[in-house]
Amino acid sequence: MTDTAVPSPGHAPSAATLARRRRRYAADRRLRAYGIIAITFALGLLATLVASLLVSGYPAFTQTFVRVDFPISEDLVDPADPAEGNFRKIMQEGVSTLIPGEHSPRELRAMAGILTNNTQFLLRDAVVADPSVIGGTLTMKVPVSDPFDQLNKGLVDRNTPEDRRRLNDTEIGWFDALADEGRVSRSFNWGLFTHADSRFPEMAGLKGAIVGSFYALLVCFLISFPVGIAAAVYLEEFAPKNRATDIIEVNINNLAAVPSIVFGLLGLAVFIQIFGLPRSAPLVGGMVLSLMTLPTIIIVTRNALKAVPPSIREAGYGVGASQHQVTMHHVLPLAMPGIMTGTIIGLAQALGETAPLLLVGMNAFITSPPGGLLDASTALPTQIFIWADSPERGFVSRTSAAIIVLLGFLIVMNAIAIFLRQRLERTW
Amino acid sequence: MFSYLFLTIIVMSAVAFFVGQATGKRFAAAGDTPDMHSLPSYHGAYVAVWVGIPSLVLVLIWALFQSSIIDSLLWSSLPDHLTSGADAANRSLLISEIRNVAEGRIFSEPTPEVLAAAERLNGWQALVRIAGFVVVLAMMVAGLFFARARLAPRFRARNSVERFLDGFMVLCALAAIITTIGIVVSLVYEAWAFFKLVPPQDFFFGTKWEPQIAIRSDQIAGQGAFGALPVFLGTLVISVIAMLVAIPTGIYTAIYLNEYASKRVRQTVKPMLEILAGVPTVVYGFFAVLTVAPAIREAGGLLGLATSPNSALAAGLVMGTMIIPFVSSLSDDALNAVPRSMRDGSLAMGATPGETMLRVMLPAALPGIMGGVLLALSRAIGETMIVVMAAGLIASLNVNPLDSVTTVTVQIVTLLTGDTEFDSPKTLAAFALGLVLFLVTLGLNVIALGIVRRYREQYE
Repeated sequence: MTDTAVPSPGHAPSAATLARRRRRYAADRRLRAYGIIAITFALGLLATLVASLLVSGYPAFTQTFVRVDFPISEDLVDPADPAEGNFRKIMQEGVSTLIPGEHSPRELRAMAGILTNNTQFLLRDAVVADPSVIGGTLTMKVPVSDPFDQLNKGLVDRNTPEDRRRLNDTEIGWFDALADEGRVSRSFNWGLFTHADSRFPEMAGLKGAIVGSFYALLVCFLISFPVGIAAAVYLEEFAPKNRATDIIEVNINNLAAVPSIVFGLLGLAVFIQIFGLPRSAPLVGGMVLSLMTLPTIIIVTRNALKAVPPSIREAGYGVGASQHQVTMHHVLPLAMPGIMTGTIIGLAQALGETAPLLLVGMNAFITSPPGGLLDASTALPTQIFIWADSPERGFVSRTSAAIIVLLGFLIVMNAIAIFLRQRLERTW
Repeated sequence: MFSYLFLTIIVMSAVAFFVGQATGKRFAAAGDTPDMHSLPSYHGAYVAVWVGIPSLVLVLIWALFQSSIIDSLLWSSLPDHLTSGADAANRSLLISEIRNVAEGRIFSEPTPEVLAAAERLNGWQALVRIAGFVVVLAMMVAGLFFARARLAPRFRARNSVERFLDGFMVLCALAAIITTIGIVVSLVYEAWAFFKLVPPQDFFFGTKWEPQIAIRSDQIAGQGAFGALPVFLGTLVISVIAMLVAIPTGIYTAIYLNEYASKRVRQTVKPMLEILAGVPTVVYGFFAVLTVAPAIREAGGLLGLATSPNSALAAGLVMGTMIIPFVSSLSDDALNAVPRSMRDGSLAMGATPGETMLRVMLPAALPGIMGGVLLALSRAIGETMIVVMAAGLIASLNVNPLDSVTTVTVQIVTLLTGDTEFDSPKTLAAFALGLVLFLVTLGLNVIALGIVRRYREQYE
């Protein structure tokens, strides 16, 4: 289509024609350029999003530890009842051995600030787990508190004036001394996956959120998968083509486009207010998510059923099977790969859904993973929301890290869906 | 307790299935096979349905309503001086205290009345546990004997099971309708309660939105504290910004992919754009706060413009990014639906691809594209997390994109997070906003789907 104006023999195209053609081609090229700009803009934003999350999130995957020797004297911990010891005092004694020399109580308090606020509980757990250390020395790698963690990761500019830094020169001096002594180490932050939420960034992890999301998705799957398939099978295979069926169809399409927050309002008003189910429970969250996933599953299941050729059904009828038998024994199994693919994609959407969970209270501050469907809990996206709202600097990178974990789950789920589609789905 | 009940029901249903199947097999083995109507497994399924389903329904109903029933029983059993004049907040406080005491979590010395009530509660719960098991077991045994007695070689077990399946499927198909009705009824009911406290004209046309203050100083409505106009305006501002980003980007993308791109480019770019739609909105919200808002603020500072840290521009820009794929893929579909002959005809007349696109394809696809744009707009209006994280909380009547505005969804979330009481206008206001949001997005969706459908039929 590049040279459409065919000159008639003997006549060279006039200057006006050439000029017009140039203009037209230029317009064509402009349109093409606009398209490229638009795509670059969209993909550029996507790249910026991913890059900024990776840059801000990767520090949270490591954590700074400092090795401390805690003298565990029998005066402070009763071997008969190790859980009831004065671990605060032990912590202070351990800290005072870190930096040689005499220190005022005020300095000691500041030095204790190098370690996480939860140190005494970590000590208690360690002593309870192994009471034989009582009377001896317990050497432990303790996570350092957030400001020192940032310092060690190089996220604090040492050149900023002292009064505008969170750590003063003395504190930085202490930390550098510890680092010179070889007490400071940095390793992979397993706590991000093995701890539940905490007020202190260095102790906060995603375990509670992951478990909560798992429970909610489990409920969502158990409800929406059978109900969605049954509804789709009915509409596609059994329902008479009449007005009522039309209304149901239109309804399902509209339901798929209702804003997610409205489902949250429904959950709050019906499940919590009328049925009296507990707030913040993964059960309620899962039920709300299942209402949102249902239209997706119905739509994909119908498409999968449509793709099964009529010859399969007719062969079934031909050997005397009932309509139910044909559907259950032949059509549904053949449609299953497509249904599974759609279900996984629907569940992936549900995993990222935040607003309805906020309304049913699944943004509780819970420091231990939920033990069941009725325990208060958070979910991954609501945990991200909570952390994003937290003022401590350490939570910025934790939030990005949590997002990376969430996106990781989504990528895995979608990859499974694509794999299933390519391996199992057959074209007729 | 419920997990044991469910387990019992599953085990009993399995037992029932095997009992029925064994009976069916006996019929089959008796020799008169040609007279046998259904396969043995249908006999089994028939018995299992009779055993499992009635008890399952009973348990589910009980699970849904037990706490409210027990609460009201508990409430009515309390002495008068505790219950008279108590509002809903006091009531739930007292009941949760009794529940805590009953479970042994005692925070402060309970009064004798509370102790007595807690004991009553424990007694009832023990009773309910035992009674529940007894009733459910009795129902299952009765179902087993009833169904078992009906089995016979000529019994149409398959038809019965299929009728049950039909019923189950219809019920599931109705779930979507029930959900819609549930949404409408709960929103209308709570909004109705709200409009009894605050007149609708104050809500829709009032220009002052200060729901938090209205609670604290005990002033209800009248003062114009629930005028939602600034909230609607803020929603509009952010949606317009989002659409200004998404419409040109989306349509130019669709044009390029449809007309100019090679097959390989198309196959790479399309899934990448779909990723934009698949990223959870909370991620976009954090992206807006982390990267976009500071960038805009800095740019505004360089230009000497006063920029709010949570400017409407940042939220709108990010939201626009999110809906680009909606616009682009629906526009692409619309362009693909234009008959090939129209395109070929135009090209054959010597038009450039660009002229074909702008003068033939685009006008022909316009209704479909409009439908896509309306769907994207409804998506933008209903979007929550981006604005909750990146937009402001204070409602003000302004349309400056560099200033902070609030939206309907932000207000719903702020009003409803934390403890909620269902009789305060603050909570109910969220439902009134939710009703408006639902109706507006529903209207947009219906129009959009209607346009898309009519347009599709036009070319089929």
